[in-house]
Amino acid sequence: MDYTNIFYVLASVLFILGIKKLSHPKTARNGNFLSALGMFVAIISTLIASDNIDLQMIMVGMIIGTVIGALFAQKVEMTQMPQMVAIFNGFGGSASALIAAAEFLNTVPISAFTGFTIVISIFVGTLTFTGSFIAFGKLQGFISGQPIVFPGQQVFNALLALALVVTGIYTVQIPSDINYFYGVIIISAILGITLTIPIGGADMPVVISLLNSYSGVAAAATGFVLMNNALIISGALVGASGLILTNIMCKGMNRSLANVIFGAVGLEQESTSDGSQKQVAIKSYSTEEAAMIFDAAEKVIVVPGYGLAVAQAQHAVREVAELLESKGKQVLYAIHPVAGRMPGHMNVLLAEANIPYEQLKDLDEINPEFEDCDVALVLGANDVVNPAARHDTSSPIHGMPILDVDKSRTVIINKRTMNTGFAGIQNELFGYDNSIMVFGDAKDMLQQLLKDIKEL
Amino acid sequence: MDINILTVFILAIFVGFEIITKVPPTLHTPLMSGSNAISGIAIVGAIISTKINGGVGTYLGLIAVIFATINVIGGFLVTDRMLKMFKRK
Repeated sequence: MDYTNIFYVLASVLFILGIKKLSHPKTARNGNFLSALGMFVAIISTLIASDNIDLQMIMVGMIIGTVIGALFAQKVEMTQMPQMVAIFNGFGGSASALIAAAEFLNTVPISAFTGFTIVISIFVGTLTFTGSFIAFGKLQGFISGQPIVFPGQQVFNALLALALVVTGIYTVQIPSDINYFYGVIIISAILGITLTIPIGGADMPVVISLLNSYSGVAAAATGFVLMNNALIISGALVGASGLILTNIMCKGMNRSLANVIFGAVGLEQESTSDGSQKQVAIKSYSTEEAAMIFDAAEKVIVVPGYGLAVAQAQHAVREVAELLESKGKQVLYAIHPVAGRMPGHMNVLLAEANIPYEQLKDLDEINPEFEDCDVALVLGANDVVNPAARHDTSSPIHGMPILDVDKSRTVIINKRTMNTGFAGIQNELFGYDNSIMVFGDAKDMLQQLLKDIKEL
Repeated sequence: MDINILTVFILAIFVGFEIITKVPPTLHTPLMSGSNAISGIAIVGAIISTKINGGVGTYLGLIAVIFATINVIGGFLVTDRMLKMFKRK
Protein backbone atom coordinates (compact mmCIF):
# COMPACT_ATOMS: atom_id res chain seq x y z
CA MET A 1 0.00 0.00 0.00
CA ASP A 2 1.68 3.07 1.29
CA TYR A 3 5.01 3.22 -0.45
CA THR A 4 5.20 6.96 0.42
CA ASN A 5 6.27 5.81 3.86
CA ILE A 6 9.43 4.38 2.32
CA PHE A 7 10.20 7.79 0.85
CA TYR A 8 9.47 9.39 4.21
CA VAL A 9 12.05 7.09 5.78
CA LEU A 10 14.52 8.19 3.11
CA ALA A 11 13.69 11.85 3.78
CA SER A 12 14.15 11.36 7.53
CA VAL A 13 17.52 9.69 7.00
CA LEU A 14 18.60 12.62 4.82
CA PHE A 15 17.53 15.12 7.53
CA ILE A 16 19.52 13.23 10.16
CA LEU A 17 22.60 12.97 7.94
CA GLY A 18 22.20 16.65 7.08
CA ILE A 19 22.23 17.71 10.73
CA LYS A 20 25.10 15.31 11.44
CA LYS A 21 27.20 17.06 8.82
CA LEU A 22 26.60 20.34 10.63
CA SER A 23 29.13 19.10 13.19
CA HIS A 24 31.92 20.75 11.20
CA PRO A 25 32.04 23.94 9.09
CA LYS A 26 33.79 21.99 6.32
CA THR A 27 30.91 19.57 5.76
CA ALA A 28 28.07 21.83 6.91
CA ARG A 29 27.11 23.22 3.51
CA ASN A 30 26.91 19.72 2.15
CA GLY A 31 24.72 18.75 5.08
CA ASN A 32 22.29 21.57 4.41
CA PHE A 33 22.04 20.34 0.83
CA LEU A 34 21.23 16.80 2.04
CA SER A 35 18.44 18.16 4.26
CA ALA A 36 17.03 20.11 1.34
CA LEU A 37 17.17 16.98 -0.78
CA GLY A 38 15.25 15.13 1.94
CA MET A 39 12.58 17.80 1.83
CA PHE A 40 12.38 17.51 -1.95
CA VAL A 41 11.91 13.74 -1.72
CA ALA A 42 9.17 14.14 0.91
CA ILE A 43 7.29 16.77 -1.10
CA ILE A 44 7.45 14.97 -4.46
CA SER A 45 6.42 11.59 -3.05
CA THR A 46 3.47 13.21 -1.24
CA LEU A 47 2.36 15.02 -4.39
CA ILE A 48 2.48 11.80 -6.41
CA ALA A 49 0.84 9.54 -3.86
CA SER A 50 -2.02 11.74 -2.65
CA ASP A 51 -5.23 11.57 -4.59
CA ASN A 52 -8.11 14.00 -4.44
CA ILE A 53 -5.73 16.92 -3.77
CA ASP A 54 -6.12 20.24 -5.56
CA LEU A 55 -2.83 20.24 -7.49
CA GLN A 56 -3.44 23.58 -9.13
CA MET A 57 -4.05 25.33 -5.86
CA ILE A 58 -1.03 23.65 -4.29
CA MET A 59 1.20 24.84 -7.13
CA VAL A 60 -0.02 28.40 -6.74
CA GLY A 61 0.67 28.22 -3.01
CA MET A 62 4.15 26.82 -3.55
CA ILE A 63 5.07 29.48 -6.09
CA ILE A 64 3.91 32.28 -3.80
CA GLY A 65 5.78 30.71 -0.87
CA THR A 66 8.94 30.20 -2.93
CA VAL A 67 9.04 33.82 -4.08
CA ILE A 68 8.51 35.20 -0.57
CA GLY A 69 10.94 32.75 1.03
CA ALA A 70 13.67 33.38 -1.54
CA LEU A 71 13.27 37.15 -1.18
CA PHE A 72 13.59 36.90 2.60
CA ALA A 73 16.68 34.71 2.30
CA GLN A 74 18.36 37.07 -0.18
CA LYS A 75 17.57 40.37 1.47
CA VAL A 76 18.06 39.69 5.16
CA GLU A 77 21.10 41.30 6.81
CA MET A 78 23.13 39.01 9.03
CA THR A 79 22.42 41.29 12.00
CA GLN A 80 18.72 40.65 11.33
CA MET A 81 18.98 36.84 11.44
CA PRO A 82 17.21 36.61 14.82
CA GLN A 83 14.18 38.45 13.41
CA MET A 84 14.12 36.22 10.36
CA VAL A 85 14.30 33.02 12.40
CA ALA A 86 11.59 34.38 14.69
CA ILE A 87 9.23 35.12 11.83
CA PHE A 88 9.97 31.75 10.20
CA ASN A 89 9.21 29.94 13.45
CA GLY A 90 5.88 31.74 13.32
CA PHE A 91 5.17 30.57 9.77
CA GLY A 92 6.07 26.98 10.67
CA GLY A 93 3.88 27.00 13.77
CA SER A 94 0.91 28.49 11.99
CA ALA A 95 1.22 26.04 9.09
CA SER A 96 0.92 23.17 11.58
CA ALA A 97 -2.06 24.78 13.31
CA LEU A 98 -3.80 25.43 9.97
CA ILE A 99 -3.38 21.81 8.92
CA ALA A 100 -4.84 20.59 12.19
CA ALA A 101 -7.73 23.05 11.76
CA ALA A 102 -8.34 21.85 8.20
CA GLU A 103 -8.35 18.27 9.43
CA PHE A 104 -10.86 19.17 12.15
CA LEU A 105 -13.19 20.81 9.64
CA ASN A 106 -12.79 18.09 7.00
CA THR A 107 -13.11 14.97 9.12
CA VAL A 108 -16.38 13.65 10.48
CA PRO A 109 -16.58 11.93 12.86
CA ILE A 110 -13.43 12.57 14.85
CA SER A 111 -12.04 9.99 17.26
CA ALA A 112 -11.07 11.11 20.75
CA PHE A 113 -7.39 10.55 20.01
CA THR A 114 -7.43 12.59 16.78
CA GLY A 115 -9.43 15.30 18.51
CA PHE A 116 -6.87 15.45 21.29
CA THR A 117 -3.90 15.69 18.88
CA ILE A 118 -5.73 18.38 16.89
CA VAL A 119 -6.20 20.49 20.02
CA ILE A 120 -2.52 20.09 20.97
CA SER A 121 -1.40 20.93 17.46
CA ILE A 122 -3.60 24.03 17.25
CA PHE A 123 -2.55 25.16 20.71
CA VAL A 124 1.22 24.85 20.16
CA GLY A 125 1.08 26.08 16.57
CA THR A 126 -1.01 29.17 17.34
CA LEU A 127 1.03 30.02 20.44
CA THR A 128 4.20 29.77 18.34
CA PHE A 129 2.64 32.00 15.70
CA THR A 130 1.61 34.91 17.93
CA GLY A 131 4.63 34.52 20.25
CA SER A 132 7.01 34.64 17.29
CA PHE A 133 5.48 37.79 15.91
CA ILE A 134 5.81 39.51 19.29
CA ALA A 135 9.46 38.37 19.43
CA PHE A 136 9.95 39.67 15.90
CA GLY A 137 8.39 43.01 16.85
CA LYS A 138 10.66 43.35 19.87
CA LEU A 139 13.81 42.49 17.91
CA GLN A 140 12.89 44.79 15.04
CA GLY A 141 12.02 47.61 17.43
CA PHE A 142 8.31 47.78 16.53
CA ILE A 143 7.52 46.91 20.12
CA SER A 144 9.49 48.15 23.12
CA GLY A 145 12.29 45.80 24.14
CA GLN A 146 11.36 46.52 27.75
CA PRO A 147 9.34 43.81 29.48
CA ILE A 148 5.65 44.70 29.29
CA VAL A 149 3.95 43.74 32.55
CA PHE A 150 0.55 44.43 34.09
CA PRO A 151 -0.83 43.64 37.54
CA GLY A 152 -2.10 40.10 37.90
CA GLN A 153 -0.37 38.93 34.74
CA GLN A 154 0.54 35.50 36.14
CA VAL A 155 -3.00 34.98 37.42
CA PHE A 156 -4.40 36.08 34.08
CA ASN A 157 -2.16 33.59 32.28
CA ALA A 158 -3.08 30.81 34.68
CA LEU A 159 -6.80 31.49 34.12
CA LEU A 160 -6.25 31.46 30.37
CA ALA A 161 -4.44 28.13 30.63
CA LEU A 162 -7.34 26.74 32.64
CA ALA A 163 -9.85 28.02 30.09
CA LEU A 164 -7.75 26.41 27.38
CA VAL A 165 -7.89 23.02 29.08
CA VAL A 166 -11.67 23.28 29.48
CA THR A 167 -12.39 24.36 25.90
CA GLY A 168 -9.90 21.73 24.72
CA ILE A 169 -11.77 18.96 26.52
CA TYR A 170 -15.10 20.18 25.12
CA THR A 171 -13.65 20.35 21.62
CA VAL A 172 -12.72 16.69 21.86
CA GLN A 173 -16.01 15.62 23.46
CA ILE A 174 -18.44 17.74 21.44
CA PRO A 175 -16.68 18.37 18.11
CA SER A 176 -20.01 19.31 16.53
CA ASP A 177 -20.07 22.58 18.50
CA ILE A 178 -17.56 24.65 16.57
CA ASN A 179 -17.44 27.39 19.23
CA TYR A 180 -15.19 25.35 21.51
CA PHE A 181 -12.81 24.87 18.60
CA TYR A 182 -12.70 28.64 18.01
CA GLY A 183 -12.19 29.10 21.73
CA VAL A 184 -9.04 26.97 21.65
CA ILE A 185 -7.64 29.05 18.78
CA ILE A 186 -8.38 32.41 20.39
CA ILE A 187 -7.07 31.45 23.83
CA SER A 188 -3.87 29.98 22.36
CA ALA A 189 -3.29 33.16 20.36
CA ILE A 190 -3.70 35.35 23.44
CA LEU A 191 -1.42 33.10 25.51
CA GLY A 192 1.31 33.39 22.86
CA ILE A 193 1.16 37.17 23.29
CA THR A 194 0.87 37.40 27.07
CA LEU A 195 3.67 34.89 27.61
CA THR A 196 6.07 36.78 25.31
CA ILE A 197 5.49 40.47 26.09
CA PRO A 198 6.92 40.32 29.65
CA ILE A 199 10.25 38.99 28.37
CA GLY A 200 12.98 41.62 27.98
CA GLY A 201 14.91 42.29 24.77
CA ALA A 202 18.14 40.89 26.20
CA ASP A 203 16.44 37.54 26.79
CA MET A 204 15.26 37.20 23.20
CA PRO A 205 17.95 34.58 22.34
CA VAL A 206 16.26 32.22 24.78
CA VAL A 207 12.80 33.01 23.46
CA ILE A 208 13.73 32.43 19.82
CA SER A 209 15.34 29.10 20.70
CA LEU A 210 12.26 28.10 22.66
CA LEU A 211 9.89 29.11 19.86
CA ASN A 212 12.10 27.15 17.47
CA SER A 213 11.52 24.12 19.65
CA TYR A 214 7.76 24.80 19.74
CA SER A 215 7.57 24.95 15.95
CA GLY A 216 9.03 21.44 15.93
CA VAL A 217 6.60 20.23 18.58
CA ALA A 218 3.71 21.68 16.56
CA ALA A 219 4.87 19.81 13.45
CA ALA A 220 5.18 16.57 15.44
CA ALA A 221 1.69 17.04 16.92
CA THR A 222 0.32 17.54 13.42
CA GLY A 223 2.14 14.34 12.49
CA PHE A 224 0.07 12.54 15.13
CA VAL A 225 -3.11 14.07 13.70
CA LEU A 226 -2.29 12.82 10.22
CA MET A 227 -0.46 9.67 11.42
CA ASN A 228 2.45 10.81 9.28
CA ASN A 229 5.97 9.58 10.14
CA ALA A 230 7.78 12.32 8.23
CA LEU A 231 6.18 15.04 10.34
CA ILE A 232 6.68 13.16 13.58
CA ILE A 233 10.38 12.48 13.03
CA SER A 234 11.26 15.93 11.68
CA GLY A 235 9.20 17.62 14.37
CA ALA A 236 10.99 15.62 17.06
CA LEU A 237 14.41 16.58 15.62
CA VAL A 238 13.57 20.28 15.55
CA GLY A 239 11.95 20.14 18.96
CA ALA A 240 15.09 18.57 20.43
CA SER A 241 17.33 21.06 18.66
CA GLY A 242 15.44 24.08 19.97
CA LEU A 243 15.42 22.67 23.47
CA ILE A 244 19.19 22.11 23.49
CA LEU A 245 19.84 25.65 22.25
CA THR A 246 17.42 27.07 24.83
CA ASN A 247 19.34 25.26 27.53
CA ILE A 248 22.71 26.54 26.26
CA MET A 249 21.42 30.12 26.21
CA CYS A 250 20.02 29.84 29.74
CA LYS A 251 23.33 28.46 31.01
CA GLY A 252 25.20 31.27 29.26
CA MET A 253 23.19 33.76 31.28
CA ASN A 254 23.12 31.64 34.44
CA ARG A 255 19.33 31.80 34.50
CA SER A 256 16.65 29.17 34.69
CA LEU A 257 14.10 28.95 31.91
CA ALA A 258 11.34 29.77 34.40
CA ASN A 259 13.23 32.90 35.43
CA VAL A 260 13.55 34.02 31.81
CA ILE A 261 9.88 33.46 31.04
CA PHE A 262 8.33 34.77 34.25
CA GLY A 263 11.09 36.95 35.71
CA ALA A 264 10.53 40.06 33.54
CA VAL A 265 14.26 40.75 33.87
CA GLY A 266 15.44 44.03 32.41
CA LEU A 267 12.56 45.97 33.88
CA GLU A 268 13.61 49.40 35.17
CA GLN A 269 14.30 48.82 38.81
CA GLU A 270 14.45 51.48 41.51
CA SER A 271 18.04 52.64 41.64
CA THR A 272 20.00 50.35 43.88
CA SER A 273 21.06 52.34 46.92
CA ASP A 274 23.35 49.70 48.38
CA GLY A 275 26.46 51.50 47.18
CA SER A 276 27.05 49.09 44.29
CA GLN A 277 27.45 52.07 42.00
CA LYS A 278 30.77 53.05 43.55
CA GLN A 279 32.99 54.74 41.02
CA VAL A 280 35.96 52.80 39.75
CA ALA A 281 39.19 54.61 38.98
CA ILE A 282 40.04 53.96 35.36
CA LYS A 283 42.96 54.63 33.04
CA SER A 284 42.01 56.08 29.68
CA TYR A 285 44.52 55.70 26.83
CA SER A 286 44.68 57.03 23.29
CA THR A 287 44.84 54.63 20.34
CA GLU A 288 48.48 55.66 19.86
CA GLU A 289 49.40 54.39 23.30
CA ALA A 290 47.31 51.27 22.75
CA ALA A 291 49.15 50.66 19.46
CA MET A 292 52.45 50.45 21.34
CA ILE A 293 51.05 47.82 23.66
CA PHE A 294 49.89 45.78 20.66
CA ASP A 295 53.31 46.16 19.08
CA ALA A 296 54.95 44.53 22.09
CA ALA A 297 52.42 41.70 22.30
CA GLU A 298 52.76 38.18 20.90
CA LYS A 299 49.36 36.76 21.61
CA VAL A 300 46.18 38.80 21.22
CA ILE A 301 42.63 37.65 22.00
CA VAL A 302 39.74 39.71 20.68
CA VAL A 303 36.48 39.63 22.67
CA PRO A 304 33.64 40.87 20.46
CA GLY A 305 30.35 41.95 22.01
CA TYR A 306 27.15 42.98 20.33
CA GLY A 307 28.33 46.60 20.41
CA LEU A 308 30.84 45.61 17.75
CA ALA A 309 28.11 44.43 15.41
CA VAL A 310 26.02 47.53 16.09
CA ALA A 311 29.02 49.67 15.08
CA GLN A 312 29.45 47.48 11.95
CA ALA A 313 33.10 47.15 12.94
CA GLN A 314 33.68 43.48 12.00
CA HIS A 315 35.72 44.35 8.91
CA ALA A 316 37.81 46.86 10.85
CA VAL A 317 38.59 44.14 13.42
CA ARG A 318 39.74 41.79 10.69
CA GLU A 319 42.04 44.44 9.21
CA VAL A 320 43.68 45.06 12.59
CA ALA A 321 43.97 41.31 13.18
CA GLU A 322 45.55 40.72 9.77
CA LEU A 323 48.07 43.51 10.35
CA LEU A 324 49.02 42.00 13.72
CA GLU A 325 49.34 38.55 12.15
CA SER A 326 51.57 39.92 9.42
CA LYS A 327 53.84 41.07 12.25
CA GLY A 328 54.03 37.48 13.48
CA LYS A 329 51.52 37.75 16.30
CA GLN A 330 48.84 35.20 17.11
CA VAL A 331 45.23 36.43 17.06
CA LEU A 332 42.23 34.52 18.43
CA TYR A 333 38.61 35.45 19.06
CA ALA A 334 36.73 34.59 22.24
CA ILE A 335 33.00 34.13 21.67
CA HIS A 336 30.69 34.07 24.68
CA PRO A 337 27.51 31.97 24.20
CA VAL A 338 25.31 35.05 24.52
CA ALA A 339 27.57 37.45 22.60
CA GLY A 340 24.99 37.95 19.83
CA ARG A 341 21.22 38.12 19.63
CA MET A 342 20.73 34.39 19.04
CA PRO A 343 22.82 31.22 19.47
CA GLY A 344 25.98 31.41 17.34
CA HIS A 345 25.04 34.84 16.00
CA MET A 346 28.43 36.47 16.64
CA ASN A 347 30.21 33.69 14.73
CA VAL A 348 28.09 34.38 11.66
CA LEU A 349 28.73 38.12 11.92
CA LEU A 350 32.50 37.52 12.09
CA ALA A 351 32.42 34.90 9.33
CA GLU A 352 30.65 37.46 7.16
CA ALA A 353 33.70 39.72 7.62
CA ASN A 354 35.92 36.89 6.32
CA ILE A 355 37.39 36.01 9.68
CA PRO A 356 38.49 32.34 9.43
CA TYR A 357 36.41 30.03 11.60
CA GLU A 358 39.45 28.30 13.13
CA GLN A 359 40.18 31.50 15.05
CA LEU A 360 36.72 31.65 16.64
CA LYS A 361 36.88 29.91 20.01
CA ASP A 362 34.05 29.21 22.41
CA LEU A 363 34.17 29.84 26.14
CA ASP A 364 35.59 26.49 27.28
CA GLU A 365 38.26 26.48 24.60
CA ILE A 366 39.46 30.04 25.07
CA ASN A 367 39.48 30.54 28.84
CA PRO A 368 42.74 28.62 29.47
CA GLU A 369 44.32 30.71 26.67
CA PHE A 370 44.02 33.97 28.61
CA GLU A 371 46.73 32.79 31.07
CA ASP A 372 49.52 33.44 28.57
CA CYS A 373 47.74 36.12 26.57
CA ASP A 374 49.49 39.48 26.23
CA VAL A 375 46.56 41.63 25.19
CA ALA A 376 42.84 40.93 25.47
CA LEU A 377 40.92 43.43 23.33
CA VAL A 378 37.35 43.79 24.59
CA LEU A 379 35.07 45.39 22.00
CA GLY A 380 31.59 46.41 23.10
CA ALA A 381 31.27 43.55 25.61
CA ASN A 382 30.60 44.22 29.26
CA ASP A 383 28.78 41.80 31.57
CA VAL A 384 30.36 38.73 29.97
CA VAL A 385 33.86 39.86 31.05
CA ASN A 386 32.95 41.04 34.57
CA PRO A 387 35.10 39.09 37.07
CA ALA A 388 32.48 39.80 39.76
CA ALA A 389 30.57 36.84 38.29
CA ARG A 390 33.32 34.57 39.68
CA HIS A 391 33.73 35.87 43.22
CA ASP A 392 31.12 38.46 44.23
CA THR A 393 28.18 36.50 45.61
CA SER A 394 26.14 39.71 45.95
CA SER A 395 26.43 40.50 42.24
CA PRO A 396 23.32 39.88 40.14
CA ILE A 397 25.47 38.10 37.58
CA HIS A 398 27.26 35.89 40.12
CA GLY A 399 27.73 32.39 38.73
CA MET A 400 27.35 33.42 35.11
CA PRO A 401 30.10 31.88 32.97
CA ILE A 402 32.44 34.66 31.85
CA LEU A 403 35.49 35.09 29.67
CA ASP A 404 38.53 35.36 31.94
CA VAL A 405 40.05 38.38 30.19
CA ASP A 406 41.39 39.75 33.48
CA LYS A 407 44.00 36.95 33.49
CA SER A 408 45.71 38.48 30.45
CA ARG A 409 48.76 40.66 30.94
CA THR A 410 46.87 43.69 29.62
CA VAL A 411 43.18 44.18 28.95
CA ILE A 412 42.23 46.91 26.50
CA ILE A 413 38.56 47.77 26.70
CA ASN A 414 36.81 49.79 24.04
CA LYS A 415 33.48 51.30 24.95
CA ARG A 416 31.55 54.33 23.84
CA THR A 417 30.80 55.48 27.38
CA MET A 418 31.03 54.18 30.92
CA ASN A 419 27.38 53.06 30.71
CA THR A 420 26.53 49.72 32.23
CA GLY A 421 25.59 46.55 30.34
CA PHE A 422 22.30 44.66 30.39
CA ALA A 423 22.72 43.67 34.04
CA GLY A 424 22.86 47.36 34.95
CA ILE A 425 25.98 47.05 37.09
CA GLN A 426 29.41 48.67 37.00
CA ASN A 427 32.17 46.36 35.83
CA GLU A 428 34.99 46.11 38.37
CA LEU A 429 37.30 44.93 35.58
CA PHE A 430 37.56 48.51 34.31
CA GLY A 431 39.34 49.52 37.51
CA TYR A 432 41.87 46.67 37.52
CA ASP A 433 45.60 47.52 37.37
CA ASN A 434 46.02 45.68 34.07
CA SER A 435 42.96 47.31 32.46
CA ILE A 436 43.09 50.19 30.01
CA MET A 437 40.08 51.97 28.57
CA VAL A 438 40.05 53.34 25.03
CA PHE A 439 36.83 55.27 24.53
CA GLY A 440 35.05 55.81 21.24
CA ASP A 441 32.96 54.16 18.55
CA ALA A 442 34.38 50.68 17.87
CA LYS A 443 34.79 51.22 14.15
CA ASP A 444 36.49 54.63 14.44
CA MET A 445 38.73 53.38 17.21
CA LEU A 446 39.84 50.31 15.24
CA GLN A 447 40.54 52.31 12.09
CA GLN A 448 42.60 54.79 14.10
CA LEU A 449 44.39 51.91 15.83
CA LEU A 450 45.18 50.35 12.46
CA LYS A 451 46.79 53.59 11.30
CA ASP A 452 48.72 54.01 14.53
CA ILE A 453 50.11 50.48 14.45
CA LYS A 454 51.21 50.95 10.83
CA GLU A 455 52.95 54.20 11.69
CA LEU A 456 55.00 52.72 14.52
CA MET B 1 -3.83 4.54 18.94
CA ASP B 2 -0.89 3.08 17.15
CA ILE B 3 1.98 2.41 19.53
CA ASN B 4 4.44 2.27 16.63
CA ILE B 5 4.00 5.94 15.88
CA LEU B 6 4.76 6.86 19.50
CA THR B 7 7.86 4.66 19.36
CA VAL B 8 9.04 6.50 16.28
CA PHE B 9 8.48 9.85 18.01
CA ILE B 10 10.40 8.93 21.18
CA LEU B 11 13.32 7.40 19.27
CA ALA B 12 13.51 10.44 17.00
CA ILE B 13 13.84 12.72 20.04
CA PHE B 14 16.79 10.64 21.26
CA VAL B 15 18.45 10.71 17.84
CA GLY B 16 17.88 14.47 17.78
CA PHE B 17 19.59 14.99 21.13
CA GLU B 18 22.53 12.80 20.09
CA ILE B 19 23.29 14.53 16.80
CA ILE B 20 22.50 18.09 17.83
CA THR B 21 24.77 18.13 20.88
CA LYS B 22 27.61 17.46 18.42
CA VAL B 23 26.99 20.67 16.49
CA PRO B 24 29.64 23.22 17.59
CA PRO B 25 28.54 26.65 18.93
CA THR B 26 30.05 28.28 15.84
CA LEU B 27 27.28 26.73 13.74
CA HIS B 28 24.36 27.25 16.09
CA THR B 29 22.73 29.98 13.98
CA PRO B 30 22.82 27.89 10.78
CA LEU B 31 21.58 24.93 12.86
CA MET B 32 18.62 27.00 13.92
CA SER B 33 17.73 28.29 10.47
CA GLY B 34 18.35 24.83 9.00
CA SER B 35 16.17 23.06 11.54
CA ASN B 36 13.64 25.79 10.92
CA ALA B 37 13.58 24.75 7.28
CA ILE B 38 13.14 21.12 8.35
CA SER B 39 10.13 22.04 10.49
CA GLY B 40 8.69 23.22 7.17
CA ILE B 41 8.00 19.49 6.67
CA ALA B 42 4.51 20.59 7.67
CA ILE B 43 4.23 21.23 3.91
CA VAL B 44 3.57 17.50 3.51
CA GLY B 45 0.55 17.80 5.77
CA ALA B 46 -0.48 21.01 4.03
CA ILE B 47 -0.49 19.24 0.66
CA ILE B 48 -2.65 16.43 2.02
CA SER B 49 -5.11 18.97 3.49
CA THR B 50 -5.60 20.84 0.23
CA LYS B 51 -8.43 18.64 -1.03
CA ILE B 52 -10.51 19.20 -4.13
CA ASN B 53 -13.83 20.77 -3.13
CA GLY B 54 -12.96 20.49 0.53
CA GLY B 55 -14.57 23.81 1.46
CA VAL B 56 -12.98 25.98 4.12
CA GLY B 57 -10.46 23.26 4.97
CA THR B 58 -8.98 23.50 1.48
CA TYR B 59 -8.33 27.21 1.85
CA LEU B 60 -6.71 26.67 5.22
CA GLY B 61 -4.58 24.03 3.47
CA LEU B 62 -3.60 26.56 0.80
CA ILE B 63 -2.48 29.11 3.40
CA ALA B 64 -0.57 26.33 5.16
CA VAL B 65 1.13 25.44 1.85
CA ILE B 66 2.23 29.07 1.41
CA PHE B 67 3.54 29.41 4.98
CA ALA B 68 5.33 26.06 4.95
CA THR B 69 6.92 26.78 1.56
CA ILE B 70 8.23 30.13 2.83
CA ASN B 71 9.72 28.21 5.74
CA VAL B 72 11.33 25.53 3.57
CA ILE B 73 12.70 27.69 0.74
CA GLY B 74 13.71 30.65 2.90
CA GLY B 75 15.20 28.41 5.57
CA PHE B 76 17.43 26.32 3.32
CA LEU B 77 18.53 29.28 1.18
CA VAL B 78 19.51 31.52 4.08
CA THR B 79 21.32 28.63 5.79
CA ASP B 80 23.32 28.06 2.63
CA ARG B 81 24.06 31.78 2.40
CA MET B 82 25.48 31.72 5.92
CA LEU B 83 27.44 28.49 5.57
CA LYS B 84 29.09 29.84 2.42
CA MET B 85 30.66 32.55 4.59
CA PHE B 86 32.45 30.15 6.91
CA LYS B 87 35.94 29.97 5.45
CA ARG B 88 39.28 28.57 6.44
CA LYS B 89 42.38 30.64 6.53
